[in-house]
Amino acid sequence: MNDMTVPREEREAKLEGMGCKRKRVEDVRFTQGKGNYVDDIKLKDMVFGDFVRSPYPHARVKSIDTSAAEALPGVLAVLTAETLKTVNLAWMPTLAGDVQMVLADGKVLFQNQEVAFVIAEDRYIAADAVDLVEVEYEELPVLVDPFKAMEPDAPVLREDLEGKTEGAHGARKHHNHIFEWTVGDSEATDLAFSKAEVTVKELFSYHRCHPCPLETCACVASMDKIKGELTLWGTFQAPHVVRTVASLLSTIPEHKIRVISPDIGGGFGNKVGVYPGYVCSIVGSIVLGRPVKWVEDRIENLSATAFARDYHMTTELAATAEGKITGLRCHVLADHGGFDACADPSKWPAGFFNIITGSYDIPTAHVAVDGVYTNKAPGGVAYRCSFRVTEAVYAMERAIDVLARKLNMDPAELRLKNFIRPEQFPYPSALGWEYDSGDYETAMRKAMETVDYAGLRAEQAEKRAAFERGETRELMGIGVSFFTEIVGAGPTRNCDILGIGMFDSCEIRIHPTGAAIARMGTISQGQGHQTTYAQILATELGIPADMIDIEEGDTDTAPYGLGTYGSRSTPVAGAATAMAARKIKAKAQMIAAHMLEVHEDDLEWDVDGFRVKGLPEKTASMKEICWAAYNNVPPNMEPGLEAVSYYDPPNMTYPFGAYICVMDIDVDTGAHKVRRFYALDDCGTRINPMIIEGQVHGGLTEGYAIAMGQEIAYDDMGNVTTASLMDFFLPTAVETPFWETDWTVTPSPHHPIGAKGVGESPNVGSVPCFSNAVNDAFAHLGVTHIQMPHDNWRIWRECKRLGLTG
Amino acid sequence: MIPGSFDYHRPKTVDEAVALLGQYGEEARAIAGGHSLIPMMKLRLAAPEHLIDLGKIEALRGISRDGDTIVIGATTTQAELIASPVIASNLPILIETAMLIADPQIRYVGTVGGNVANGDPGNDMPALMQCLGADYVLKGASGERSVAARDFYEAAYFTALEDGELLTSIRIPLPPAGCGWAYEKLKRKVGDYATAAAAVMLKLHGGACSFASIALTNVGDTPLLAAEAAEALVGSSLDKSAIDAAVAAAEAITNPASDGRGPAEYRTRMAGVMLRRAIARAKNRAA
Repeated sequence: MNDMTVPREEREAKLEGMGCKRKRVEDVRFTQGKGNYVDDIKLKDMVFGDFVRSPYPHARVKSIDTSAAEALPGVLAVLTAETLKTVNLAWMPTLAGDVQMVLADGKVLFQNQEVAFVIAEDRYIAADAVDLVEVEYEELPVLVDPFKAMEPDAPVLREDLEGKTEGAHGARKHHNHIFEWTVGDSEATDLAFSKAEVTVKELFSYHRCHPCPLETCACVASMDKIKGELTLWGTFQAPHVVRTVASLLSTIPEHKIRVISPDIGGGFGNKVGVYPGYVCSIVGSIVLGRPVKWVEDRIENLSATAFARDYHMTTELAATAEGKITGLRCHVLADHGGFDACADPSKWPAGFFNIITGSYDIPTAHVAVDGVYTNKAPGGVAYRCSFRVTEAVYAMERAIDVLARKLNMDPAELRLKNFIRPEQFPYPSALGWEYDSGDYETAMRKAMETVDYAGLRAEQAEKRAAFERGETRELMGIGVSFFTEIVGAGPTRNCDILGIGMFDSCEIRIHPTGAAIARMGTISQGQGHQTTYAQILATELGIPADMIDIEEGDTDTAPYGLGTYGSRSTPVAGAATAMAARKIKAKAQMIAAHMLEVHEDDLEWDVDGFRVKGLPEKTASMKEICWAAYNNVPPNMEPGLEAVSYYDPPNMTYPFGAYICVMDIDVDTGAHKVRRFYALDDCGTRINPMIIEGQVHGGLTEGYAIAMGQEIAYDDMGNVTTASLMDFFLPTAVETPFWETDWTVTPSPHHPIGAKGVGESPNVGSVPCFSNAVNDAFAHLGVTHIQMPHDNWRIWRECKRLGLTG
Repeated sequence: MIPGSFDYHRPKTVDEAVALLGQYGEEARAIAGGHSLIPMMKLRLAAPEHLIDLGKIEALRGISRDGDTIVIGATTTQAELIASPVIASNLPILIETAMLIADPQIRYVGTVGGNVANGDPGNDMPALMQCLGADYVLKGASGERSVAARDFYEAAYFTALEDGELLTSIRIPLPPAGCGWAYEKLKRKVGDYATAAAAVMLKLHGGACSFASIALTNVGDTPLLAAEAAEALVGSSLDKSAIDAAVAAAEAITNPASDGRGPAEYRTRMAGVMLRRAIARAKNRAA
């Protein structure tokens, strides 16, 4: 049978390969409520854990009395730091080179810190028992403001670090100092500033916010004492890393640990780290010999589990009078909370913040980041962005707007003037990156034309005049942002997590009938991996996507990988997928040559099989080759059709985009309306345009939330005031603006299929765009910068300050 | 977010419910839609030992007209209110307000009685009931009594409702014919309580305001009847100075908390802005 007589277009369509708007195969189960999340896991004899948490942000723990809780029928154990010390687990290492208390050891450093872990027969008894644990605290002075962290008389937070003048990333300058990280040429930058015709300087605070995935963090730990095997189900964005860490911490050999990430309801960086709930569940299961489930609630997730941002960036630009940027300088004060639990690659304490020079050809730059401790929850994760990239992009994109005002230039024009030009790629940035590819001007001009940027500016001028005449109470703002992301971490020469290089992997097995399974080192949290990886394979191998299963998340079956975050799945594991497929294709070509009795060089690929050059009617389809792989291989060739690839990317990828926002602000209430939001993304080769569009919609919605109100706020006493969805702004469909999406395609030259990753771009690019729109609305009144979040009352406060309203 | 343990009762009549409330006193709480009480229980801020579910008491449900009074049963849901032709033709401001409460899912379950009886200053219906001059019918072991909405609220979560008493219905007098109306609410998102909100009823006669009633939501620890603000409008042509005076009078009685919605000063000003906008819309609607 030879099915290659069908017209080429029909065969291509049947594959549903790259470029196809293939419907998400995951949604068949998700839309029917048939997903399988951690909380759906029910095991025989399973018991439940719950935390006693500290009401105080900084206090000495004088005593913990667990006797009443332990006396409650159904309570099996109450773990405290003292119990954990017996297994050397009262503290655990963080991914950032710090250590973190699993349970309060002598003191607490943030409100809702884990103090004791109650394990009971059911979830209700556990909650009742939490109320029965009596903890005596002695309150200590609270440090909330990071700008006061390094004052001489600031409270000492980390008594365990007393006398330690060296941290994981160099010298510590103060008892609340974690690290100083610098990059760039300080002297050359100083020189650029001293020679500059124009300079601007502004403090841009990117407030503390939170990834807030719909599913909170959770795990089920099950220790089989007979086999000596631990199985751990959890909401892990990096299951293999969790396995390795669990082995190192517990001393259970790694081959005796199986980590399973089932369906995950969103991660956005929140599920990368290792949390006390996991450690306590594992210890509980080891102690009791029964499976222990722990599922945090929303308040716990928001108040204790991995915040994001909290970067305070004093940013300066130097430029010529014509608007050519000649230098950038930035000092960051980074608030890490009570422990440095950032989830960055080990050598990057401030992530890839040195992407701050952005999309612009800036010859010289210098960055210094000081990390400090405060009485807030630990975290500092990459909330839908590559490590600290969104902070960097925010600072740059606000700074260039501020410079435009000072130069009295249009902010879009100033960007066009400073873009890295297409012929400059690969472009070495002043702060050490090598940008792989880009065509920024084309993207910017397409965006400006599509929205009629000139027309919008004219409309804004008219509206400002009407405001002056008292005909309207609204001000119109136009926000422009142009971002370059750095994703796909990363090359093992400079990227690792706890010493493990940040490669990723794919293992493919082709069955005799031409169906296939591919197992990956990544794990989808809603990104649609099952759909898109199959599309890569469909195009690479000529096998219909519907015939390919994608499996992830089980460390017993999946090849070792570093997981999914930092937009790394497509750039790294997607590349591994293509590389493994190409190994298979090479073997398939040899089998085809054997089948057709020609030399393999006489064959050419045609969608879903090989044709003999010059004799196009002589074909071997992949379906036929797959069958032959199991019964008719060339002499001396092993049967079967399998391959594995561990892909170490030669470079990061650099997706980019041009976003434009039109916003109207009601000066009497401070309320805003996003009238238009246009997002052009260039993520290189587009695998599934529908999934890309969905990713962009989601990221823009998060970006909108962050810019316009989403905040983890603390009062002066250190109480977290936004720990529920009543006060933490998670927009509904009603608040969410309408999104217009667009694209250009600049393939990555070093990636096997030219793809760059897209999931995080919209969060990274949109936050400055919204913020620029707000600031632009007031720019004609001399405003240079209004701090985020731009919620109603803060915008009103600015209107009042400007005398626009009462 | 796990409540403490409690006993659950589901009476079929008002008398049964009242008897249970009498029997268990302050250890009992009546539950209707549960949208206020259940979150409080999950946070363990409320830990009633007995929950008395009113959901099976048919007599507490429904909307009717009794002469010049509209009667709303306590467990009538917001969705039923919104769909009611009686309300649409007689008290459309109730529908405008209910549409601003939470979201459709919650409005299918949340009740009007629960909204007014709970004493949460963030709820929208209490101020509206004050604006409309509604009476609450309360039933206890010793019989039935009526308390004006304007006298019902004492402090946040403290009301004239006594232990053992149940709110059975709300009685709203028909407003003067030709009344204009508006409920203006500023909120951060769907489902949020008001940053500030204002209910306005007013009537015009020969170009002058002949009747006005104003109340404010969530800018004090109770709903606020803004009587002086209303007086400032009556007799005027609703000109700028009268409206300015009404706004100033309304702002003067506010005492909002500073919270995530904004500092107290902002919320006071927003009460004024909402009032100004509600007056403008009510004026346009007045016959």
